[in-house]
Amino acid sequence: MSEVKVDYTKKEFPPILSKVGLILTLVGLVLVVLAYSVDHTRSAFNNLILLMFLTSIGLGSLFLVALEYVMGNVWSVPFRRIVEFLGAVLLILPLVFIPIYFNLHDLFHWTHQEAVEADKILKGKAPYLNEQFFIIRAVVFFGLWILFYLFIQRNSQKQDETVDQKLTTRNIRISAFFMPIFALSLTFAAIDWMMSLEPHWFSTIFGVYYFSGTVLTALAAATFLIIYLNEKGYLLKNLVSDHYYSLGALMFAFTNFWAYIAFSQFLLIWYANMPEETFFFINRMEGNWVYVSIALIFVRFAIPYFALLSQPSKMDPKRLKFVSLWILFAHMVDLYWLIMPTFSKDSFVFGWIELAFPILAYGILILVFSIKAKNKNLVPIGDPKLIRGINFRL
Amino acid sequence: MSDKTLYSYTGLFDTPDEIIKAANQVAKDGYKKFDVHTPYPVHGMDKAMKLGSSPLGYVALVLGLGGALLALGIIYFMVVVDYPVIIGGKPYFAFPAFVPILFEVTVLLASVGTVAAMLFFLFKFPNNAHPLHDTDYLKATSCDKYGISIQAEDAKFDEAGISGYFESLGAKSITPIYLDNEEINTKHKVLEPKFIGFLVVVFIIVSGATYISLNKLMIIPPFSWMMEQEKVVPQESFSVFKNERGMQQPVQGTVARGLIPYAFKGKPEEAGKFLVNPLVPTKDILAEGKNKFEVFCSPCHGNLGEGDSRLRGHFPNPPSLHSEKVRQWTDGRIYHVITDGQNVMPGYTSQMTREERWATVLYIRALQRSQNAKESDLL
Ligand code: HEC
Repeated sequence: MSEVKVDYTKKEFPPILSKVGLILTLVGLVLVVLAYSVDHTRSAFNNLILLMFLTSIGLGSLFLVALEYVMGNVWSVPFRRIVEFLGAVLLILPLVFIPIYFNLHDLFHWTHQEAVEADKILKGKAPYLNEQFFIIRAVVFFGLWILFYLFIQRNSQKQDETVDQKLTTRNIRISAFFMPIFALSLTFAAIDWMMSLEPHWFSTIFGVYYFSGTVLTALAAATFLIIYLNEKGYLLKNLVSDHYYSLGALMFAFTNFWAYIAFSQFLLIWYANMPEETFFFINRMEGNWVYVSIALIFVRFAIPYFALLSQPSKMDPKRLKFVSLWILFAHMVDLYWLIMPTFSKDSFVFGWIELAFPILAYGILILVFSIKAKNKNLVPIGDPKLIRGINFRL
Repeated sequence: MSDKTLYSYTGLFDTPDEIIKAANQVAKDGYKKFDVHTPYPVHGMDKAMKLGSSPLGYVALVLGLGGALLALGIIYFMVVVDYPVIIGGKPYFAFPAFVPILFEVTVLLASVGTVAAMLFFLFKFPNNAHPLHDTDYLKATSCDKYGISIQAEDAKFDEAGISGYFESLGAKSITPIYLDNEEINTKHKVLEPKFIGFLVVVFIIVSGATYISLNKLMIIPPFSWMMEQEKVVPQESFSVFKNERGMQQPVQGTVARGLIPYAFKGKPEEAGKFLVNPLVPTKDILAEGKNKFEVFCSPCHGNLGEGDSRLRGHFPNPPSLHSEKVRQWTDGRIYHVITDGQNVMPGYTSQMTREERWATVLYIRALQRSQNAKESDLL
């Protein structure tokens, strides 16, 4: 096979992207402020969805980058930079968390001292579920994530100039350290911020559930950007359907993984039929919540599954772009399904407030990405594995 | 030479790039019946040869869906129609519980069926001869050469010009391949008597071996030793006893080891008069009694014995254990109710040992005192 040269020229980043991002963010911010002044409890719950969504993208992206280093993947090297830039969303997370901090009492039942006093179970959980420790944990999570993000991406970008292989070695070490920390922090973040909404409920698979959605969503965001930028000619010219296929296959795999985990959680709780566990599902199967639950099966699983089932569809850029946008939407639905029943048990609510936060979410995503990517190489041109990554064939 | 039938013309190439180019050209020139042979899979060959996608995907899809439906049908017949059993309080048709099995059968049928379809329909198994076998051409392409073989059957095939065509492609050694006589007119042999006979023989051998090992071998020594052990199993005849029964009544006037028969069956008053509690209320014994009371008695009698059943009307509510009557009863009288039951309340002989029953009585005493405490009980 003929040798492929790295044929990359840095281009002016599309200004339209940052403009769209800025407008969406501003509109979103105005709406969110409005929403808080109208109904701050409902807004706080939506804020939580926003937080979990952005955490998924930021942390999931960082995980994908770390995974590439640890496993020595070559196929994903040509577009690793895109995923790195998406990880920058982690820097915004503390800001998104601030409104939640000020509305803890609206969100979390266990923050009410008198409720805990009257409740034996909550009292038992109090050493873990108390406000101080909760905040400390959140700060530690944010700190760790941002720290690892900064280290990994600094090394990666330094390599563009120095072409120093040692930087790869260093990043492999950092990534290996990151893996267990990622697993634990993601699990506990999911427990703290979502599972503790129903402080009596527990599911040991909950962290994995959030993990499956997280990786899937990060993959989807990355896939969309990669294909979009590649079609506009911002990436390398030698990307082929084999690269696309790998992205499509991974999205397909994680769609299945999500279904597997979600079903496992449901099956065990349904079968054991213990009241202290089943009420989580009963809440979601009564009233018109049941429609959301059924829709979730299709939105999150069936549609992306059949959209990606056949081999050609995993390489078709149009199909991939559609499915990745769909998955971003589906993750929102999933988070809505996980979080909102605590706010309105009897029937689901949907109004402009539920739209304001997603607008802000996409605004932040696009804005952060375009600020990060401006004037930077979109391809890790100094990476020793780049040529092999370009030559990658299935 | 001319008495042999021509199968194809072949040409060899030296590099993968050349073969891709050649395959591209051959496909572009409109040849349909040609094949490429390489020592290892060459990327991009499907595209170069303009091969469509394999039909196996559809086979897998159909068999997978069929497998799911089949499994669903079987499960439905078994647990809903033929032998309905309530499991874990679930409906007979407990769909979520079926999903793992449906999934397994789907995968099983799709994968095994796809392999079988590939063997029988695409590779024409059990046919195993191919004109290219044992030719120098195939030996070369399984070593270090890349070859194309264009079949004589192809509509565009022209025996006179084909050598020149290969040369124009840049092929190195160009050879015709002839059919062996036995390879002419070979039909797909799946339905041939020989092959069906072979399947029948395999079937007979496998099922015969299974039958013999389970039904005959197991009763031939030494394999039978496991079944024929020197002991009497329930329901068996046994010649040592006069009535030839394996299961005997206990000898008159004896009891089984560890069994103490209850002497006051149906005689509550006498039990109250003669039975004495052998236990003293220590902390451990009261704890044990509390445990047993809460497991066995509280569902009906309530945690404090007030008769406030937790069964919410599914069973007649029992009277309070704090009534004047029960407080006046001796320990033995209460023990009798636990042992023998009373009207609708069942006895608990089989669930609780004697010690546990006496301990429960002591715990009831403690409960009664707690509900009717006198001033002298206060410290
Ligand atoms: C299935 C429900 C049920 C359970 C379990 C049960 N009981 Fe009862 N018990 C009753 C009912 C009903 C009566 C009243 C029977 C009657 O009609 O005389 C009763 C009567 C009694 C009485 C006599 C009360 C009286 O005033 O005549 C005593 C003593 C008693 N139970 C003790 C126990 C103890 C000790 C246990 C645990 C080993 C127990 N019961 C478990 C249903 C239950």
